[in-house]
Amino acid sequence: MEFLNAVFVAPFLDIADSPVFFAEVVIGGLMAGVMYSLVALGFVLIFKASGVFNYAQGAMVLFAALTLVGLMEQGAPLWLGLLVTVGVMVALAYAVERFMLRKLINQEGIILFMATIGFNFVLEGTGQIAFGSDVKRLDVGLPDKSFETGGILLNTFDLSAAFIGAVMVTSLALFFQYTPTGRALRAVADDHQAALSVGIPLKTIWVIVWSVAGVVALVAGIMWGAKAGVQFSLVLIALKALPVLILGGFTSVPGAIVGGLIIGVGEKVAEVYWGPAFGGAIESWFAYMLALAFLLFRPQGLFGEKIIERV
Amino acid sequence: MFYREAGQFKTSYDKDQAIFPIIQDRWFIAALLIVAYVAVPFFANEYWLQAVIIPFLILALAAIGLNILTGYAGQVSLGTGAFMAVGAYACYKMTTNIPDMNVVFAFLLSGIFAAAAGIVFGLPSLRIKGFYLAVATLAAQFFILWLFNKVGWFYNDNPSGTITAPPRELFGITITGPRATAEARYFVSLTFLVIGAIVAKNLVRGRIGRSWMAIRDMDIAAEIIGIRPLQTKLTAFAISSFYCGVAGALYIFVWLGSAETEAFDLLQVSFPVLFMVIIGGLGSIMGAIMGAAFITLMPIFLTNFPPMIGIHLATDLQKHIEEIIFGGMIVAFLIVEPHGLARLWQIAKEKLRQWPFPY
Repeated sequence: MEFLNAVFVAPFLDIADSPVFFAEVVIGGLMAGVMYSLVALGFVLIFKASGVFNYAQGAMVLFAALTLVGLMEQGAPLWLGLLVTVGVMVALAYAVERFMLRKLINQEGIILFMATIGFNFVLEGTGQIAFGSDVKRLDVGLPDKSFETGGILLNTFDLSAAFIGAVMVTSLALFFQYTPTGRALRAVADDHQAALSVGIPLKTIWVIVWSVAGVVALVAGIMWGAKAGVQFSLVLIALKALPVLILGGFTSVPGAIVGGLIIGVGEKVAEVYWGPAFGGAIESWFAYMLALAFLLFRPQGLFGEKIIERV
Repeated sequence: MFYREAGQFKTSYDKDQAIFPIIQDRWFIAALLIVAYVAVPFFANEYWLQAVIIPFLILALAAIGLNILTGYAGQVSLGTGAFMAVGAYACYKMTTNIPDMNVVFAFLLSGIFAAAAGIVFGLPSLRIKGFYLAVATLAAQFFILWLFNKVGWFYNDNPSGTITAPPRELFGITITGPRATAEARYFVSLTFLVIGAIVAKNLVRGRIGRSWMAIRDMDIAAEIIGIRPLQTKLTAFAISSFYCGVAGALYIFVWLGSAETEAFDLLQVSFPVLFMVIIGGLGSIMGAIMGAAFITLMPIFLTNFPPMIGIHLATDLQKHIEEIIFGGMIVAFLIVEPHGLARLWQIAKEKLRQWPFPY
């Protein structure tokens, strides 16, 4: 009875009691959601263009952040560090295409998935050998102050993160929609063979898409790194991004954003209001359960392509 | 010329349907079993048994389980660790609450509990497929481990939060608990693996295994020819989880002795077992065992090899280099042979058939 009360009555009473606090929780969730979306975006880009479920996205985030921090520790200014890191991510994308994807063309999805797990190990190891495995502070000069509007506590850092996320998504959307390369990318995503037959170079497209995913990983790495320090646990945010992916659909950029926001808000609200009823720490699985329950009604996710099967 | 089936005539249906229809295979398996049952315990020392061979045998059992689900029925699962944990905790509860229960019976019964959990978390497989399903099975992984961590009932409310295998005997020999010898535990895990492998081999070549493969290859076509997707997928989940559950119970009772939920973590168990299945070869029982051997031996080899040739590195650096080499080897292996060790084994047999006159 007490449990039922704690699940079905008490949380709603709490919400009704102090709507301002609820709004704060929701906003906090939205901010966390932006961060999840940034990571999920990298997954979606690669999955769309090459059908590879890239488990190494988390490691790419770590690797990009580590490279940037390492360069800045050597005394490089921020702009140079960013430039070199982008160069490194592009080189990495080229290497992945040259030494991994090209040789695994036409293999089953699970084999490619497995290969990216191997790649994940390589990246984790290399990043930590080159730049050490201590927690590092990353300061990119974003303001980090709290202020109040209408009784709601906000943080400038979170706001700028949301802003940067929005800018990136918009520019990606424009890039996909209006540039020739973007059009080629969409063609490849639709149908590999048809794209090849109209003369789109598949290999170049893959390099581009992995590079873009690398840059997205860099942005995500900067955001997470500036917030929580650059450390090994950045790899694990890949696991946070997975429920976002299945909620939004593997193949949809807007899906990654909306999914990220839903998961972020859901997780925070659940932890604050329903956590006590379950003994706390439900963040670890709540997102997955939410996504799973959702999938039962829409198996392809919110915005995923409907899977049409023929015999 | 060493592996030639010419002249081996089958005169009855029984012979035609034998698991190993060729005499060379039978000799090979017999030799392997003799080595495993007689030579290994005779020569291997405590360290090798405890650190290498017993975990290999137990994880091979789990890999067979996952291979049934992923390799034969085509349902990718990342929740292996959770199903193993269900087996381990069920076994712990049963042996501590019913001390008189035969421990082998407890192992098998904990497999049943894991199968039940497998059916529950297999239900979404009817609606979702592929990587969506793989991520959905992560829900099982995180939820079940959280549950075992949070609810004291599962570990008898003991303050350390760990489960410890109580000492139990089989035929008058202690096989679990701190006083069990490595040899006794070796024989238990080996016997479970051998029986498990034989049962699995028979399952996958029977009606049920064929229906799994039909679902894997194309589920709509399978449905049209009269295979029920609901039952087929759920039996795959149940039987796979049964194997994982038994392996999980052995993992705690026969190998670790005591552990927390972290022992069944995603990166500790679920991913390595998936590696074993893929490196070994999807859809092959022998492959699962070979993959398990490869994945358990590889890190040990990587740790011990540099000191052997006189390179001494700082532990931290060594760990990262190991990681890089391990990851690189997985990628390289997949490029060379995406169908795994089982396929290499098949190629070797083809070569042996013709050798030394390859024309």
